[in-house]
Amino acid sequence: MEDFLQKTLGWGNFTIFAISAIAMLLISLGFVTYFIYFERKVIGWMQFRIGPNRTGPLGLLQSVADVAKLLMKEDTIPKKADKALFILAPVITYVPSFMVLAVIPYSETLYFTDLNVGLLYYIALSGISTIGIVLGGWASNNKYALLGGMRSAAQMVSYEIPLVISVTGVIMISGSLNLRMIAMGQEGWFWHWNIVPQILGFVIFTIAAIAELNRTPFDLPEAESELISGYHVEYSGFRFAFFMLSEYTYVYAIAALTTVLFLGGWYAPAPFLDFIPGLIWFFAKFAFVVFFLFWIRATLPRIRIDQLMSLGWKWLLPLSLLNLFLTAIYMEIFR
Amino acid sequence: MIRTEELLLNVGPQHPSTHGVFRIIVKIDGEVITEAIPVMGYLHRGTEKLAESLNYTQIIPYTDRMDYVSAMTSNYVLVHAVETMMNLEIPERAQYLRLVVMELQRVASHLVWWGTYLLDIGAMTPFLYAFRDREKIIDMFNELCGARLTYNYMRVGGVKWDAPVGWIDKVREFIPYMRKNLEEFHNLVSGNEIFLARIKGIGKYDAQTAIDYGLSGANLRSAGVKWDLRKDQPYSIYDRFDFDIPVGVNGDCYDRYVIRMEEIRQSLRILEQAMAQFPTDGDIMGKVPRIIRPPEGEVYVRIESPRGEIGCHIVSRGKAEPYRLKFRRPSFVNLQILPKLLVGETMTNLVTILGGIDIVVGEVDA
Amino acid sequence: MSEDQDKNPEATGKVEVTDEGKATPTEQTVEKIKEIQATDPSIQTTSEPSDAPAAEIQEDVDAEKEAKLKANREARAARDAARAEAAKLKAAEAAGVAGATGAAKAVEGDATEPEQPKAPSPNQPKLDRIVQIIKESIGEQAVVEAYINEKDRELPCLIIDKNHWLETALLLRDNPELELHYLRNVSGTDQETHMEVAYYLINLNNKQDYFIKVKTDRDGGEIPSVTSVWQTANWNEREIYDLLGVNFSDHPDLRRIMMPDDWVGYPLRKDYEPIDPEV
Repeated sequence: MEDFLQKTLGWGNFTIFAISAIAMLLISLGFVTYFIYFERKVIGWMQFRIGPNRTGPLGLLQSVADVAKLLMKEDTIPKKADKALFILAPVITYVPSFMVLAVIPYSETLYFTDLNVGLLYYIALSGISTIGIVLGGWASNNKYALLGGMRSAAQMVSYEIPLVISVTGVIMISGSLNLRMIAMGQEGWFWHWNIVPQILGFVIFTIAAIAELNRTPFDLPEAESELISGYHVEYSGFRFAFFMLSEYTYVYAIAALTTVLFLGGWYAPAPFLDFIPGLIWFFAKFAFVVFFLFWIRATLPRIRIDQLMSLGWKWLLPLSLLNLFLTAIYMEIFR
Repeated sequence: MIRTEELLLNVGPQHPSTHGVFRIIVKIDGEVITEAIPVMGYLHRGTEKLAESLNYTQIIPYTDRMDYVSAMTSNYVLVHAVETMMNLEIPERAQYLRLVVMELQRVASHLVWWGTYLLDIGAMTPFLYAFRDREKIIDMFNELCGARLTYNYMRVGGVKWDAPVGWIDKVREFIPYMRKNLEEFHNLVSGNEIFLARIKGIGKYDAQTAIDYGLSGANLRSAGVKWDLRKDQPYSIYDRFDFDIPVGVNGDCYDRYVIRMEEIRQSLRILEQAMAQFPTDGDIMGKVPRIIRPPEGEVYVRIESPRGEIGCHIVSRGKAEPYRLKFRRPSFVNLQILPKLLVGETMTNLVTILGGIDIVVGEVDA
Repeated sequence: MSEDQDKNPEATGKVEVTDEGKATPTEQTVEKIKEIQATDPSIQTTSEPSDAPAAEIQEDVDAEKEAKLKANREARAARDAARAEAAKLKAAEAAGVAGATGAAKAVEGDATEPEQPKAPSPNQPKLDRIVQIIKESIGEQAVVEAYINEKDRELPCLIIDKNHWLETALLLRDNPELELHYLRNVSGTDQETHMEVAYYLINLNNKQDYFIKVKTDRDGGEIPSVTSVWQTANWNEREIYDLLGVNFSDHPDLRRIMMPDDWVGYPLRKDYEPIDPEV
């Protein structure tokens, strides 16, 4: 992979890049499809239900059928909606969610970019999606959607900050913003993983990441029981699907990012387990993070908006700053 | 200069958290409610008007549809009113059957409340846990009277169906099962920090206000007023049982939550005692004239439904149909305090408070 | 409807039981009831609706009204006699139990003649006391009538003059002896000659409850609103206004509550005619 990236860009290379980008898109779509399937299954089991089991063997085609249904649905735009923004909003939300996948390394050899500001790139781009959500809420000309959009903006701004600062600890330890370098810095036993020295940072990161994902207990922008479904209440058909898609693509991205930043990326927990390929380790950790998100969703109720704000500003932000100092002291002592 | 504007938001009639077709017009400033005007009547079927041209037995199915989450108690209040007027004697077995179904219904109703309340607050799993256990009760009712929601089970003078063989044993088995699961519910939810932060101190009122607004049931008891009709003005055979009445202190949503959960436990206690005393056989219908014609006069009976005091006021002119039939619906009366509680709260708390009052829109609108 | 179908066999079964129960002493009255039922079809319709659908009854209402009323009167008389017999029987059965005899006596007294002196109700002192309090504080004319409602747990019942209702309400709530601070139910009735609003009050501490009635004219009748006294009254009064057309003066927000705002008429009034009689 590295060879390709080092070569000068020619038509041949470009074609390969384009094909791998499309392949990645399809993989992420396939992932989202089965992510939803597994989410429904796992949560179903947690709730004494069976989950989807009618469409296809074991219900495996349920999500496919859902997507097909969404594609075939009538495309409705409210009469008084701001048409241009209404159409643009799902696109603005989805595109960055796919773009951030570019910087995630999957194993020592499998990665798509070797960007030395990878982490910054991820955080910068994911911030753009918020604009899509706010726009969608605004353009719908619906009060619930507007409230959802407003909540989303407040939430994203509040949680982006502790998210970034909590990651700074990791950056300080590994001395790089390049996700590959960060992952490589965690080689060895599992106590070499960043989760051990950065346990506080990890907790803050997890909370802030769930908030960024708009998932329970931080699903206030959509808050089914309060705001009907928040910012995408007026969306249907494939425009709605795009919001869904970007939400789940972010789950993919965040799970991968957590794995790379804190859980040692593709490294086995112990060196003698190295005979198992790194890709499998990566996906095992990744799956655990995803499962953890399901688990949280099935367990916790939703937090209130003012509690969300005070949690973000009064707890997570000071704690993430504290984490920064502790990391600095740690580095001063142990290096 | 930034100018803020109040937003008029229609919560309902179709809204997931109004538990039916109920609408609240709220004025919000940001997310803070400055005024709330409840609008109801979307489910008004004119039960009281319809009843005036029906005989008493025919009215019973209409009571099912009033509080459809707790149809047994609605059934009972009507037949109890007629029986009071006619001075009828109810056979022991019928009394016990009635009591057992009413207490099972209370458990079922509180389970529905628990599940939907948590759903309102954003946790989905408790809803399914609650419905799993409610299903057991519903199945028992189904076996008893062939319906799962609108039972039409009670009759003036007794009950329509006797318990099938083995039914009582099922109720017996259900009690320890439900006890165990109640513990599970507490483990899952009652100590959850997010949940507690969401409901503690929310929707507070004092005892004076609660009485002034005529609240009843857990809404009244949460403010510290020890008032349960099963104990304070006993009806049916409640005076034979030993049970406690949980009373709150702060009058907030948390107290209401704790009280309802405790009421499930107390209902199980009553059921347990009822199972021990249950008569092995006997009539299920008392001696009732062929045509039920309460004498001229009026009566107001009230019982403790899961939602509070459900009352039935019959004005009879000695005919087979009531001259006037009025139901005092606890949901309707309890809901009156809502506009007062909502002012100054956020949109999120609207859901918490409304859920905490525990209304059934079929009963609000009657 | 299914309940109609299953009602029938049940009803017949009941009759058998009843007949057996009081076969010897009340044979005559049972005979009489049966006779009335056989001769007058309107009784049949009212008692066994499965025979005639509701719509049919409504159509025939005017034509049958007179006959029905008459028949009902007869039936009532017959039934009262039957009850008296039954009560006697019951009393005889439970001769040893003093309470049962008392209850039977009460029923008997009710059935024969209301003027006949009966055993004073245990709640009579309560009634006298509340009347005294009101008369002392508000005036003689405030209490129109006071009686005991035997059918309803011997509930003390007062009919208050509407002109004095608001002050009486305040008195009932604030008088240290009464403290009826909990209004449990408000219901309105169209009595055809007048409108009647009934208030059920209770003191939650000593569990004393009272039943207050206020009467007003059918057309344009007004009753002072007691929302300022008990908040509970607010929606209850709106409901009565909505369904019965009783005006509550000084009500903070007297709008329709159940029916749509542009609804014409008051559905619970006895002379209310639905727009579509089929509905």
